[in-house]
Amino acid sequence: MSYIPISQEDRQEMLALLGLNSVEELFSSIPEENRLRNLLNLPSAKSEPELLSYFEDRSKKNTFDQYVSFLGGGAYDHFIPAVVDYLSSRGEFVSPYTPYQPEVSQGTLQVIFEYQTLICQLTGLEIANASLYDGATGAAEAVLMANRVKDKKRILVASTVNPQYRQVIYTYGKNLGLEIVELPYNQSGQVEIRGLQAALNEGTAVLLCQSPNYFGVIEDIKALAEIVHERGAMLTVAISEPLSLGLLEAPGKLGADIVTGEGQSFGLPLSYGGPYLGFMACKKEFVRQLPGRIVGQTVDAEGRRGFVLTLSTREQHIRREKATSNICTNEGHCALRATIYLETLGRKGLRKMAWLNAQKAAYACEQLTSIPGVRARFGGPVFNEFVLEFPRSWEEINRKLKDRGILGGLGLKEFPGLDQCALITVTEKHSREKIDLYVRALQEVLR
Amino acid sequence: MINVIREPLIFEISSPGKTAFKVPVLDVPEKKELLAGLPLRADIEGFPEVSETEITRHFTRLSQTNYCVDLGIYPLGSCTMKYNPKINEKVASLPGFTQAHPLAPEELVQGNLELMKTLEKLLLEITGMDAITLQPAAGAHGELTGMMLIRAYHQAQGNPRKYVLIPDSAHGTNPSSAHLCGYTVKEIKSNERGTVSVDDLAREMNEEVAALMLTNPNTLGVFESDICQIAELVHSKGGFLYMDGANLNALAGITRPGDLKVDVMHLNLHKTFSTPHGGGGPGSGPVAVKKILEPFLPVPVIEEIGGTYYLNYDRPQTIGRVRSFYGQFLVALKALAYILSLGPEGIKEMAETAVLNSNYIRKNLEGLYELKYDTPTLHECVFSDKYQREYGVTNLDISKRLLDYGLHPPTMSFPLIVHGALMIEPTETESRRDLDLFIEAMKAIAREAKENPDLLRTAPHITYVRRLDEVQAARNPILRWEK
Repeated sequence: MSYIPISQEDRQEMLALLGLNSVEELFSSIPEENRLRNLLNLPSAKSEPELLSYFEDRSKKNTFDQYVSFLGGGAYDHFIPAVVDYLSSRGEFVSPYTPYQPEVSQGTLQVIFEYQTLICQLTGLEIANASLYDGATGAAEAVLMANRVKDKKRILVASTVNPQYRQVIYTYGKNLGLEIVELPYNQSGQVEIRGLQAALNEGTAVLLCQSPNYFGVIEDIKALAEIVHERGAMLTVAISEPLSLGLLEAPGKLGADIVTGEGQSFGLPLSYGGPYLGFMACKKEFVRQLPGRIVGQTVDAEGRRGFVLTLSTREQHIRREKATSNICTNEGHCALRATIYLETLGRKGLRKMAWLNAQKAAYACEQLTSIPGVRARFGGPVFNEFVLEFPRSWEEINRKLKDRGILGGLGLKEFPGLDQCALITVTEKHSREKIDLYVRALQEVLR
Repeated sequence: MINVIREPLIFEISSPGKTAFKVPVLDVPEKKELLAGLPLRADIEGFPEVSETEITRHFTRLSQTNYCVDLGIYPLGSCTMKYNPKINEKVASLPGFTQAHPLAPEELVQGNLELMKTLEKLLLEITGMDAITLQPAAGAHGELTGMMLIRAYHQAQGNPRKYVLIPDSAHGTNPSSAHLCGYTVKEIKSNERGTVSVDDLAREMNEEVAALMLTNPNTLGVFESDICQIAELVHSKGGFLYMDGANLNALAGITRPGDLKVDVMHLNLHKTFSTPHGGGGPGSGPVAVKKILEPFLPVPVIEEIGGTYYLNYDRPQTIGRVRSFYGQFLVALKALAYILSLGPEGIKEMAETAVLNSNYIRKNLEGLYELKYDTPTLHECVFSDKYQREYGVTNLDISKRLLDYGLHPPTMSFPLIVHGALMIEPTETESRRDLDLFIEAMKAIAREAKENPDLLRTAPHITYVRRLDEVQAARNPILRWEK
């Protein structure tokens, strides 16, 4: 295992050609006093077998696999078809960079063009970019984009948006003088309409909501779009569980102007949080304000179809400080995985997979809420996540469930009044047996 | 080589009723009326229907039209396209890592936390900095995070300040990141050596300047040898020195930014630390800082007490989150595997060889291509097309012709201070044979430019597609397939 193919002999010959006696002389432009006298204090080099055991040992210190998990909340455990890993591992996809030379990057470019098409089809919008970092930064970029389109600084964000997404929006927005206002939710777990109407004013650029939202509840996008459009603002829908788009009407068809979200559900493993995939689509009229790279179709010198990076005058390498975003390296390989995943499941498969998720979640919710003292906290419709309220604090119940081998959900104590609640996620990977196991464990805990 | 078959778009080979995936049977009682009354979609219009064979052939054929590091030299300047060790991929695909939910209880993911903490410590040793966050997702994201830390510090002193100074040789992300953090960018002109002039800087530096963003070695591959003086000057007015660490491959094991009085910097794990570029990401852009900026780091911060690791969110001065969860975890694992496989001698040999290879190319091409700045360079060298322009040949034509030789061209889009730039960074993972292939091709092209300039202007000739019409792509954008 050596990654340097220059031998000692090569080194001497190359130095001789340069008229140098030693490698140190190559660094003569670095002042002597700034150069390290000793080697760095790093562990000594490991062989390949040693390296593998080092990581295997650490991976065994992770013991989550001894539990049945019902965790979601922005990261979802879905089945990944074998072709996704197999095809995406090809060196021709793994080891190139951004396709700056389109004539030798048609593979990468065509994949992104297909990816953009799939994202448009799923979201019901006209154009999509080549990817952003993740769902949270996608939400932040969408807010900044709306701010540019409308030239207004007031940003309404539903408090039912994933808390991490809201935190990133705030981190980005506070340096740019954006006024970020969080909106209340109602008993259904949806954006409260009166609160929205009260918050909307002439200075409002956008409402950002999430659907299904952090409580798993599906928002009434059509109604929200009508209200915000009437006041001249935009509607952005963030989606953390895009598998829902296999079943639910495309937000673009319901009036959303920008749809952004997290693509991890599409063939990316949980990976302790990354790398993930931010996606973004919008109406055609906003294309000049869309952040990130975009691939377009064109022809070559012989009139054959080909693909290139295009509309780059929006981007940092041309526009520098006037660019729509500073993004350069994005999540190309993650977009490739999502493309393979979506094309493998296809038109029927994605819908069936989404239906499976919704059915299993409904079953789990029904079974869990049949236990005395356990109830669904919100009345709104859900996809594959839901919030339950328990008779005691979730912290205590969670601990006892864990003793029984169940990671029962995510606590919601950062939401005032929800400390007896938890967000529970069910996917196609939860067999009936696993769900029933949870039900029995909860019965014991509450007995 | 097998003649590559032209592959249509997947949508064009789709036919009703085909599928590449059998969805499991529902094992709970089905509720037909579920979600009734909601706006549901009857169908995903336009979505493809293909078999598994077709999926596999589609992506395999497409892959064969890509150039990549596994195939040959990829000398994109400032991108550090080095070889991606295969063991790193294996390590990062262990189920104990890939299947970990990011919100799993900390006591169940101690292995993950330990590895992230270990990488942090090693990166701090390599950079000579005091504290670090792995959260930023890529280099530009790291720049933005670094700027946010600086702004938060100044804000805490009562004035966020107005300006960020950036040399004209900088990568486009620098001004863009500063702007995205609410700063106005002021450009500093390079001197005749291609470096920052201390006198110019002294004129621009005042108490409204939040920071200077400096790439070192800069985009010409030249080490900013006045960096300590520059730092002192910036510090004397209460500003910070930000270092873009894109070119750390030239310095690791040789010198440390922290010892050069840098206050904050980002690293590109996908450049210096060998993680694959993936056709445009994922990258990873950790940000390292001096003590003074530590309180502002994004949350959570990984901490350790008596061998137990935990995530600390209780940081009153934090800028907040810049991304969900904890960064590009799998990318971090690959970078850690790389550092552990190199060891201290290997890291030094990496930088030395990267600089040797670059100078070897420079020496061999000197005279054939113009070197606008003849200052000594480290890991990359920047030629221009000045001599070839005499024959009506540009850097674009030279690059396209290189494709006919089966090689990837250098970076052309910057530095902006070199018109018609050819920015070459071979990295340490090229053999002499591969370096010579590149040199010979560049020599042949210099000859061709004189003798048959049309051959270059119409290149490439033997690629999967010929030169593509980028003007038409932008003028009449077709950004998705439609029936």
